Amino acid sequence: MATTSRFALVDCNSFYVSCERVFRPELEDVPVVVLSNNDGCVIARSKEAKALGIKMGTPYFQVKDMMERERVEVFSSNYELYGDMSRRVVSTLSQFTPNLEIYSIDECFLDLSHLRPEEVEAYGHRIRHTVERWTGIPVSVGVACTKTLAKLANRLAKKRAKAKEVLALHTPAEIEEALRESSVKDVWGIGRQHAKRLEQLNVVTAWDLSRMPEGWVKKNMAVTGLRTLLELRGQPCQDLEPETPDRKNICTSRSFGRPLTELEDIAEALSTHTVRCATKLRRQNSCATGVTVFLMTNRFAVTENVYCNSRTIQLPRPTNSELELLSRAMHLLKNMFRPGKRYVKVGIILNDLVPASEVQLDLFSNQDGEKHKKLMSTLDTLRQRFGHHALKYAVQGNKNEKDVEEEKRAPWMLQKKFLSSPYTTSLKGLLRIKT
Amino acid sequence: MKAEVILIDRPDVMQLHDMTAHRLELFSSAVQAGFPSPAADYDAEPIDLNAYITQNPTATFLARVEGDSMIGAHIEPGDLVVIDRSLQATSGRIVLAFVAGEFTIKRLMQKPDGAYLEPENPKYESIRITQADMGRIWGVVVGIVKKV
Repeated sequence: MATTSRFALVDCNSFYVSCERVFRPELEDVPVVVLSNNDGCVIARSKEAKALGIKMGTPYFQVKDMMERERVEVFSSNYELYGDMSRRVVSTLSQFTPNLEIYSIDECFLDLSHLRPEEVEAYGHRIRHTVERWTGIPVSVGVACTKTLAKLANRLAKKRAKAKEVLALHTPAEIEEALRESSVKDVWGIGRQHAKRLEQLNVVTAWDLSRMPEGWVKKNMAVTGLRTLLELRGQPCQDLEPETPDRKNICTSRSFGRPLTELEDIAEALSTHTVRCATKLRRQNSCATGVTVFLMTNRFAVTENVYCNSRTIQLPRPTNSELELLSRAMHLLKNMFRPGKRYVKVGIILNDLVPASEVQLDLFSNQDGEKHKKLMSTLDTLRQRFGHHALKYAVQGNKNEKDVEEEKRAPWMLQKKFLSSPYTTSLKGLLRIKT
Repeated sequence: MKAEVILIDRPDVMQLHDMTAHRLELFSSAVQAGFPSPAADYDAEPIDLNAYITQNPTATFLARVEGDSMIGAHIEPGDLVVIDRSLQATSGRIVLAFVAGEFTIKRLMQKPDGAYLEPENPKYESIRITQADMGRIWGVVVGIVKKV
């Protein structure tokens, strides 16, 4: 089934931290962490921060004092920056391969079938050097005959000091050594539950897993488990997926910067999410058939008045006009809102997406449809040029999410106390050089 | 009736398109009642300043100038400098360097006794890069953008 005979997984090392360091070279050997949206948890750590014992996903408040003591540099997540740097990395990588799959914001699979085996390692180093040189982002490269093994090789490329961040597995002996060196819980596609179960059966290393009978794996770990097993044995089951298939639902939601009680504040947040979501919808040339809005208080606060609700409506005809989506979303919100509660999150989901080209022209509503279509394409062009803040609806309020100063931000906006500058996406955010 | 098509180019490494949205105007002369446009077969893309300023947008970054140590090279406060990270920093080129905890723009000069970062303003002194780890070149300055 697979046509690629050699895969490389290129993974950016501590990607978010590396992005921050490109513009702050003085942080090179300093412990650095990046926090999740709303400054909640640690989501990226430099190796110095890992060495301090800071775990992935730790709530910020739990390690705040320790990090201050240890002089850990803390950043709020700057997705604008990470998104642009990721684009640059992908763009640099795409000159090394005819086929590339963007697997996540910091990982790409590359098709290296065109190389001869003896060329692979040097090529991996060239990829690494070029990406670091052009973008400032350090990457590691794992190469093997299946995606699962490439992923495993990538892990070892980071771990084995002598690999210098590039590891290619060619021979069965090299593969066996790599499998013996990797624990089963680190195998791509093996979740925590399966790992626990396997370890109870004394299946500890990836090598142990690769020796398991196919029948047992299929029975106990389903088809995806079987696929993993075969890939560990060097039999490719998954090919590159160069295009991300358009999604069937899209969602935009955020927790608020602090709990909100007023409908007006929540409406500001929801309308902003709606515009973002509708923009995503149009970018993939789809229309939504249904709209869901959800609203919730803190589910874990026992003392508080807990309330979670969601409402969905089916649209009379599929649309991607944000005017229509906005009025539907606002209507749903007003129906759901109960005064006297402290809300922490609102979001919108656009359901059952269909390609815009397949939407039947409706004889009676068509006039509005054409007008909206033109208006939306104008809005998209303007926003692409001047940013999302440039054109807003009154209901979105007049605060700008890009403002960092506390008093300029609306209460629903995310907390980003440690946000770095959008160095590559805004003229105002550029590096300033005292020559 | 003039049909207008807006084409947004896909970012692509070796092409120079990913910094601007190009507009390509198509005149649909077929549906028009009058004469077909004589320019219809010659439509070309508008001039792209990005392509003029940098060869490699993927590796190109902008920075804002705040000091006056390079005014002799016409790099003045308020200017934007265009920096290409993919180029080799050879002797004589203006570079963005990171030295002693700060970014600085200077001319790199390789001399028999070592590498120097030289200002272009008599008020400032050259920096001699002594140890390998004391300074590093971040990128090569390939252009200056000024507003007049």
